Amino acid sequence: MSGATEVNGARRRAPGTGRPPGGHGAWFLVLPALIPILVLSVGPLLYGILLAFTDAQSGRTQPTRWIGALNFRDLARDTLFWESFRIGLVWAVAVTAAQFLLALGLALLLDQDLRLRWLARALAIVPWAMPEVVVGIMWRLVYNPDAGILNETLRDLGLGDGRDWLSGLATALPAVIVVGIWAGMPQTTVTLLAGLQNTPRELHEAAAVDGAGAWRRFRAVTWPALRPVALAVTALNLIWNFNAFALVYVLTSGGPGGRTRLPMLFAYEEAFRYGQFGYAAAMGCVMVAVISILLAVFLVGRLRGGEDA
Amino acid sequence: MRTPTAARAGQYAALLAYLVFLALPFLWLVSTAFKPPRELASLHPTWIPEDPTLANFRQAFEEQPLLRAALNSLAAAVGAAVIAVLIATPMAYVMARRRGRLTRAATGWVVISQSFPFVLLIIPLFLVLKRLRLVDSVPGLVMVYVVWALPFALWMLSGYVRAVPVELEEAAAVDGAGRVRTLVSVTAPLLAPGIVATALFAFVTAWNEFFFALVLLKTPEKQTLPVVLTHFIGAEGVADLGPLAAAAFLATLPSLVVFALIQRRITSGMLAGAVKG
Repeated sequence: MSGATEVNGARRRAPGTGRPPGGHGAWFLVLPALIPILVLSVGPLLYGILLAFTDAQSGRTQPTRWIGALNFRDLARDTLFWESFRIGLVWAVAVTAAQFLLALGLALLLDQDLRLRWLARALAIVPWAMPEVVVGIMWRLVYNPDAGILNETLRDLGLGDGRDWLSGLATALPAVIVVGIWAGMPQTTVTLLAGLQNTPRELHEAAAVDGAGAWRRFRAVTWPALRPVALAVTALNLIWNFNAFALVYVLTSGGPGGRTRLPMLFAYEEAFRYGQFGYAAAMGCVMVAVISILLAVFLVGRLRGGEDA
Repeated sequence: MRTPTAARAGQYAALLAYLVFLALPFLWLVSTAFKPPRELASLHPTWIPEDPTLANFRQAFEEQPLLRAALNSLAAAVGAAVIAVLIATPMAYVMARRRGRLTRAATGWVVISQSFPFVLLIIPLFLVLKRLRLVDSVPGLVMVYVVWALPFALWMLSGYVRAVPVELEEAAAVDGAGRVRTLVSVTAPLLAPGIVATALFAFVTAWNEFFFALVLLKTPEKQTLPVVLTHFIGAEGVADLGPLAAAAFLATLPSLVVFALIQRRITSGMLAGAVKG
């Protein structure tokens, strides 16, 4: 018996000699990253979810108490929060959709044999690499009512006197959305372009020989190959945009009159200006829940749509 | 494939529109940074400064402690990049080479950690760091940045590891090289460019980061560059446009240079990480 197990063990070990370390070796390699992940990411996230069910506040002397779902009940009646939530959805969907369409257009252009391609590729790096705070500052200079180039251009073109874009109740959110598109488009473009370059060229040429127009070629050849990349990048963009903070903080701080107060700005103020940690954590939980549902609906719908097509 | 001339013209027009949209805001920032106050106050601003000056840069350094802020940013970004890559590389190696429960859990965490709003993370982190007396300190910020950079670093690095053929390691083992020897003299050199690119990317993201720094750093002497930049914007909205533009331009340069070096590698790394991810 013991001989048989030994043989078995030896046989199992033999092909494994060249394989990477297993068992204790693997744990040894993983621990340096695993401990910080558990202590500073997984732990705090769970702690954050628990905080949503307490009355935790900053700088309070009394011990924190469990209050069950009271925060969520308050939140359900908090019209300011839901208004902020609505703005957040408008912002996230508008920015993500425009980012995708514009990035797809640019990626298709860059996939062609055009001159100046290198310039577009080089320029695409700028928004990607820039600190978000600088993007915000830069667009404040563009939108500046007196010294800004946007109003000056409008005046030159005879399109009126221009306006104070970031302080106008009607223009603030659209103006901020444009900045969001500018900041996120290059990354989406580069990802889609990489996806495009993986589509089979021969199929394209075969379709062209068969007389398929540009649109049919896109529908029948390009899109099916590009779809997985497009879905992944759109889903990620939607999450990132919904959780956006720095851009809008610098551009408008949520003004005018809360017209651009994204949910993250709202929760930040609640937590670090008013010290309502528990309540802000509840907001965070609601944001995760809603964005998860949205994503699930989006992805399931897209995947189904793909089967029909 | 031949493309009709009209379609070509349309393509160039579209490309030009994209170039304008991408480039002009940045050019405006640069132009503003070099304008003297008289031109900044002009009701008809021009694209190119008529009388370019460096005065805005000097004034920016006088108005805000930019140098110290840059040093704080540098410390936080270098610390985060080095530590993140040091601890992520071994784990990424395991994730790439073994598919067990651990690998699946780690991949799941990489995905989930991307979708949580920072608010839900920063409140408990703030409480934990406060207890450890690490709030309002650069080392505390480095800890946060390391964990924040880890998902991406693991993703990229495990993609790079997968690109190293496992047969090479097996050949080294057959030749009698020990496990450590194989990793050090066969795998590590092939992995080095990917490790450097990942570290540089972590550097740029930490250098640019704003939200965690805003929450964690309260003492002006400890604040990083993005936080100090927001001080140029007074309570009234906009203070001095010239120095603001000059400081913002300077803060962008390191990111631009590093990013230009690694952009291609980052793109390929993201896609490599997605293969069989």
